[in-house]
This record gives sequence, C-alpha cells and structure tokens, in this order.
Amino acid sequence: MTDASISGPAAKPRPNTSGSLLELDKGTRRRNAAEKRFRAYGMAAVGIGLIFLLVLLFTIVRNGVPAFTQTFIELPVTLSEAKLDKSGNRDIEEIKKVTTFGYGGLINSALETTLSDAGIASPFEKASELSKLISSSAAAQIRDYVLTHPDDIGKTVTFEVLASSRVDGYEKGRVTRVALLNDKNLDAEHLDVADQMKEAGVLKRRFNWDFILGADASESRPEQAGIGVSMLGSLFMMLVVLVLSLPIGVAASVYLEEFAPKNWFTDIIEVNISNLAAVPSIVFGILGLAVFIQFIELPQSAPLVGGLVLTLMTLPTIIISTRASLKAVPPSIRDAALGVGASKMQSVFHHVLPLAMPGILTGTILGLAQALGETAPLLLIGMVGYIASNYPDGIASGFLDPNSAMPAQIYEWAKRADPAYYERAWGGIIILLVFLMTMNIIAIILRRRFERRW
Amino acid sequence: MPATWIFLIVLAIAAIGYVLGRSRALASASGDSRNLHSLPSYYGSHVALYVAVPSLLLFGLWLVVQPILIERHVQTLIPEASYQNQGELNLLMSDVHRIASGLDFAVDYGALGAQQALDLDTDTSDIRAILASVGVALGSDVSTQTLDAAKRYRALSATGDIFRSIAVLALALAGLGFAVIKTNRDFRARNAVERVILSLLILAASLAILTTVGIVLSLVFNTIEFFKLYPALDFFFGTTWSPSFGGGSQLGILPLFWGTFYISLIALAVAVPIGLFAAIYTSEYASPKVRSMAKPLLEILAGIPTIVYGLFALLTVGPGLMAVFGPNGGLGWMQGGTAVMTAGLVMGVMLIPFVSSLSDDIINSVPQSLRDGSLGLGATKSETIKQVVLPAALPGIVGAILLAASRAIGETMIVVLGAGAAARLSMNPFDAMTTVTAKIVSQLTGDADFASPEALVAFALGMTLFVITLGLNIFALWIVRKYREQYE
Repeated sequence: MTDASISGPAAKPRPNTSGSLLELDKGTRRRNAAEKRFRAYGMAAVGIGLIFLLVLLFTIVRNGVPAFTQTFIELPVTLSEAKLDKSGNRDIEEIKKVTTFGYGGLINSALETTLSDAGIASPFEKASELSKLISSSAAAQIRDYVLTHPDDIGKTVTFEVLASSRVDGYEKGRVTRVALLNDKNLDAEHLDVADQMKEAGVLKRRFNWDFILGADASESRPEQAGIGVSMLGSLFMMLVVLVLSLPIGVAASVYLEEFAPKNWFTDIIEVNISNLAAVPSIVFGILGLAVFIQFIELPQSAPLVGGLVLTLMTLPTIIISTRASLKAVPPSIRDAALGVGASKMQSVFHHVLPLAMPGILTGTILGLAQALGETAPLLLIGMVGYIASNYPDGIASGFLDPNSAMPAQIYEWAKRADPAYYERAWGGIIILLVFLMTMNIIAIILRRRFERRW
Repeated sequence: MPATWIFLIVLAIAAIGYVLGRSRALASASGDSRNLHSLPSYYGSHVALYVAVPSLLLFGLWLVVQPILIERHVQTLIPEASYQNQGELNLLMSDVHRIASGLDFAVDYGALGAQQALDLDTDTSDIRAILASVGVALGSDVSTQTLDAAKRYRALSATGDIFRSIAVLALALAGLGFAVIKTNRDFRARNAVERVILSLLILAASLAILTTVGIVLSLVFNTIEFFKLYPALDFFFGTTWSPSFGGGSQLGILPLFWGTFYISLIALAVAVPIGLFAAIYTSEYASPKVRSMAKPLLEILAGIPTIVYGLFALLTVGPGLMAVFGPNGGLGWMQGGTAVMTAGLVMGVMLIPFVSSLSDDIINSVPQSLRDGSLGLGATKSETIKQVVLPAALPGIVGAILLAASRAIGETMIVVLGAGAAARLSMNPFDAMTTVTAKIVSQLTGDADFASPEALVAFALGMTLFVITLGLNIFALWIVRKYREQYE
C-alpha cells in the first residue's frame, strides 16, 4: 500500500522518491521503522508482564524464606523441687497448681548461669531484664514438659526455647539497634548479649517445623505462630468441596451435554452457569452468610460452611471444564455402544464418562486449586479474626469446630501490627503457592499422560 | 432414635432390598438371567432406590419442618408481656433452646434422671448450677415461663423424633414390600432405574438455578429490610459515608462508587495496553516456541491467589510508592502506603492475563484471508494489524476489556489490603479511598447486630455490585458471541 494508491485513480508522481529499486525511499523507511517500533511494543508488553511475574515471585521468596527458620536458645533449666513440688510427693494435681508465672524464676536463673558459664557479663542490674531475650512461650513449654515428665523434677534438663521475636528479627536483619530506641520490648544492650551468646553457641538459628505444622499464636508472640492448624482447616474445606462438587458437577454436565433437550429450561440453566462463573467471589460470601449461617444456622467459622460456599463458587468452573471433556469424546463411541444394544444411560456411564475421566479430574483439580486460594468469601463467614490455636479433636470437629484456612490465616497475619507477622504472612504464601503449584503440576501430568487425541 | 441411626438403618434396608430384588428376579426367571427383561443388578437397584429415595426425602423434610412447627408452638407459651419486640423474643427463644439442649446433655451424662428432668421446677432446684455442671453456661437465672417452654420444647421434640423414626422406617419398609412384589421377569427394571437417575441428573443441573435464586433472594430480602430503615434516595445519592454503630450513620454509596471506579480505571489503564500488545505479539509475531513459553508464563499471573496480590500491594508496592511520592520522596503527594494508585497498579498486573489471553483467542479467530488480502496489497505487518485485524477483532476485544472491568469491580482482597479504609471523593490518585467490596467486608466482619442498618447496608452494596457485574458480563458475553457468529 502506497500513498499514491490512497489518493485515488489520478496517480500523482510520488514525492521524495529516488527512483532506484535498490535504495529504500523515505516513506518505506518510515513504514519499516513503524513496523519495528510496533513489534518492539509487543515484545516490551510481554517482557513487562514477565518482569512483573519475576518481581512478584522474587519478593515472595525473599520475604518469605526467613519465616521458615527461627532463633532458638539452648537453656539448661534446673527443675528445682522447692519451686515445682513443695511437698515432694510428685502429685500431678499439685504440680499443676504452679502456673507458668512460677516458672519465670527458673528461666531467669537458668539464663544467668548460662551466661556466666559462657563468660558473658550481663549489662543489666535486674536479672529479669534478661528474660526479654526469651519468648514468653518458654514458661509454658517447660511447664508442659514437667507435667508429662514429673520424675525429672530436681534434675537439670536442657531445653531449646524460642528467642523473642525482636531477637529473632535481629538475627534475620529485620530489627536494628536504631529501631529499638523507641521499643519497650527490647534494648540495644540485649542485642550485645545476643551477639555474645551466638558466639558462644548458645543462640542458634535453625529450621522451624513449628511454622509449618504449628498453631497460630496470640498477637504478642509472633515467634510462636504457625500455619498448621489453618492448613487442616483448608484440608477439611477441600474435602467438602471435592466430595460435593465432583459428583454434582459431573451429574450436571452429563445431563446438559448428553440428555438435555433444547428447551427454555436448559437455556436457563446454561445462562445461570455462565453468569455464576463471573459473579464476584464476595457475593458468594454474602450468600453463605445469609443462607448457611443466618437461615440454616450452621456454626460460624466452620470448615463445613466454608466448603459449601466454595463448592457453589467452583461448581461452574468444574461444570464448564467437564462439559468440554465430555464434548471431546467422539460420537462414534456413543454410536458403537448404542449399536450393540446399550441404553443411552449405559453408553454414557459405561463408555463416555470413563473416557472423559482424565479431563474431568484435571478440571476438578484446577477448580480445587482456585478454591484453595480464595479468601474473600471466607472473610464473611467468620474465618478471620479467629485464632486457630487448637488442632481439631477428630473428623467431626474438624468439619464443625471453628477453624481458619490458609489464605484467611495469611490475611489475619497481614492485618496484625507487628512486622514480625508480615514475614510469617509471606512464609504462609510460599506454603500456599507450593500447594497450588503441586496441584497444577498434577493436573498437567494427568492431562499429558491420559489425554487422548481421537 | 438419633438421626444418624435412622439414616444407617434405611441404608441397611436398601442393601437388603438390593439382594432381595436381585434374587427374586432371578428366581422368577428360573435362575437364567437371559429370561429377564433387564440385567439382574437393575432389579436390585430398583428395590434399593424404592427403599431409600422416598424415605430419605421424608426424613430430610421432617428434619427441616419439625423444628419450625415446634418453634411456632413454643413461642405462644411465652407471655407477651415478657418481651417488647422481635429481638427480645429471639433472645428468650435462644435461652429456651439452650436450656432444652442443656437438659438433654444432663440426662445423657447422668447428672439428671430422665424423670427428674421432666419434674424440674425453678423453686426447688438451681437449674443454672445443674447445667453448668455438664458444661452448658447460661447468661441469667431461669424464669418459670422459660423453663416451662423449654420442657414443652423437649417433650414435643421427643414425640416428634419418635414419630419421625416410625414414619421414615415404615415408608422404607413399605417401599421395600412394594418394589419386591413388583419384581418379576417381565418388569422393566432398567427403565425405572434410569428414570430415577435421570431425575437426579436434572436435580444436579438445577443447582445452578438454585444458587442464583439463593443469591438473589438473600440479597433482595436484606436489601428491602435495609431500605425500610434507611431511605433509598439517601443511599444512592448521598455523598458521605460515615457509618457509626451507635446510630445516626450517613450511608451514601457515591464515595464508594468513585473509589471503585477510580481503582478499576487505573487497573485497566495498566492492564489493557500491556495485555493487548502482549496478545498482538504472541498471536501475530511470536514464533511457536516463544508463544508456547510466553502464554503459560503470563497465565501464571491469573492463577496466583488474590490474597498474594493484596499482600504485595500492602507490603511492597505501597512502601515503594511512598518512597517516591511520599513526603520523604520530595513530592509529598502521598500520605500513606495504602492508596488508589497502590491498589490500581497491583490490580492491573493481575488483570494482564485476562486481557491478553481473551484478546489472543479473538485475534486468532480473525480469518487468515483478511490478513493475506492486506499483506498482498503491500501493507506491512503492523499496518495489517492496525488497519485490518484489530478493527475486525474490536468488538471481541471490547468484550474482553469489559470482562476484565467486571473482574476489577468485584475484586476484594487487593482493595481491602491495598486501598485504605477512608471513603472520600477526591481526584488525587495517591489518596486512600475505599470501594464497595472493601466496605461489604468491613460492615459484615464486625460484631454488629445483623438487624442494624450499618450491617444491612452491606447487602444493599452487594446487590448493587451483583447487578453491575452481571450487567457487564451479560453485555460482554453478548458482544463476544455476536462477534464470533460473524466469522463462523
């Protein structure tokens, strides 16, 4: 296309042409440059998208990986009989009467001896100042040990207790001496002690399984918080989603794809499914709140309710993908089955459905992955703000007792004021993404391995 | 008899029915299944279905209806003088429920004899202490009327449960008898079973309609309730949003609309150019190898949960923008990390794959003959794309953008974490603003009373959101479909 062709049949002589076929004229050069520019825009757009992805993944990994390690202090505690079991008869009821408060003194003196053994001078006058180095969960940890091993009273037992979250943050580079000037929880002198303890090998940073398997902790003890309980909450929710959405989704798709006559009723169902797939997830949360909690009065924060809401949300996705895989089974299979005398129902359930199964499973796994990462509806049915500190007692309580879910737990951590919780939120995201990645990889493998080309 | 037991017994009868039906059919065909109309297992399934389906339906119905009827009756026992409005009556009734279930507990754990529980009265025994001993805590002392109501409630529930067991089991046995008698060699068992299965399939498919109906009903009823307490005109045209749970709230939706609109606008300003150019590149320029790499990688962005984007906005993008546009960066436009810009940028990143993969499909479905014609006339590739392919694909691309817009309007986690909580009408994109979805969350996650306008407003907001996104979706799907038909 040239300028001349646009300007009409009365062809004017081209301006700026050199007349040579070997040399590009100005217009052609301009057009070629525009072509290159346009192509570069496209490459830049793809590049920007990929850079965003890289930045996002890099941020997650950089901020989240420290959450998997935690600073511990090795502490030989003398379980003095005078304090823990005055009467000396090892009666468990009497030992239980000593509250965690009573263990504070033991920890203080243990810390003092540890420091003097290592040759570290304490810069504080009061011994209790030193205990700020140690998480307040330490007393409960030692008490639990004493209650399960009452025979060890009087002996000296070495515990690995959590360092307080500020000390942990210092080890990870999050807390600086300057930042501690206005901090009541810890002073710069503590960090000097911590440095010396690290040299002496008393203070160590190691992998922390409790972050992955443990329970959430209260707002003031970020060093103790873990995602394990909410992981169970997510697991129970996913069980509900799987058990309900797979059979219902398959049944609905089989009807729509194989049996439904073309009439207004079928049309209404189709329109509803495609619209439900695009309804914002928060609206499903409102539905769950109004129907399951206000009307049917199911318990709040229960994984069962979360599972029901997520089922309704993922059903359209599963139906759409299941229908696609049913459609991919060639009609010759159905014809052959009908030809040897099977009924329509038999041809579908004995032949079409088994052949479509890999595709259906792939779609279901992807739907589950979507449900696993969904947060907004869970906020409305009360899965946030609940401190998931207890493991469910059994299967029934796993479904019915209040619990959190992984994304809700991450949101909860992100809302808390202490920056130590931000690190945990990023760490939680790594775990969540590992789950999602595994599910997607399984789906891809299923598709690669079992997909048939007809 | 507890509900689970009835359920298990019905299933057991169904299993017996399967065996009976199968063997009776075989017996009637003198042991040779070739003489039967259907395969023997169909006769078994037919009997099992006759046992299980009607009795379990009745069972489910009973579970729903009985509490409602008993509730109505027991409510009449509470004297009208002891409450002023529906709320107080509800409180009294929940006390009744708690006492009734507490007494059940007490009998189960042996703290009370069954007869003792019936003879209790408030003068001679301390009900609160008895219930506390089995772990049921009561808020206040028990009045005579409440205890009477609770006792009546227990008595009615117990009778109801007995009748329920009898009725359900009788129906199951009747189904068994009826179906077994019907079973003989000429009975068309397969057709009967397939009819039942078909109706189950229809039921599953209708769940989509039920869900929509559930959404619409729960939104509509609560919205009507809200408009009874708060004038609709003030809601739709008010310019102030200041809920206070003490009363006297101003609940105008306009600031929320503005925040939603502004954030979506920024998100689309990021996502549309990037997504569209990426789609053009992958569909028109990229080699198959690059395409098969770039497309799935971009689509990972769509698979990342929104909570991750929310955290990214709150903890990375917000502070990053603050460093440039905040008071320390020299510009001083920004007061805090949470702002329209923060949420909009991150949401834009999230929407890139929506725009790119939908546009990619649409550009690919433009017939090759159009491109060949243009290239044959001497146009360069970019001229062909700009003047032939894009105009042809335009309706579809508009549809894709509308779908992305509806996604942006309904997005929750990014704005809850990244956009701030202040509702204001401002032009500055670095101000904190809030959106419809963020306010739905904040109004419904507090400890608010569900009957107050401050909580009910969330349903009105949800209704508005539902209507807007639904409208956008239907319009977008209509455009896409219309366009598709053009080339098919």
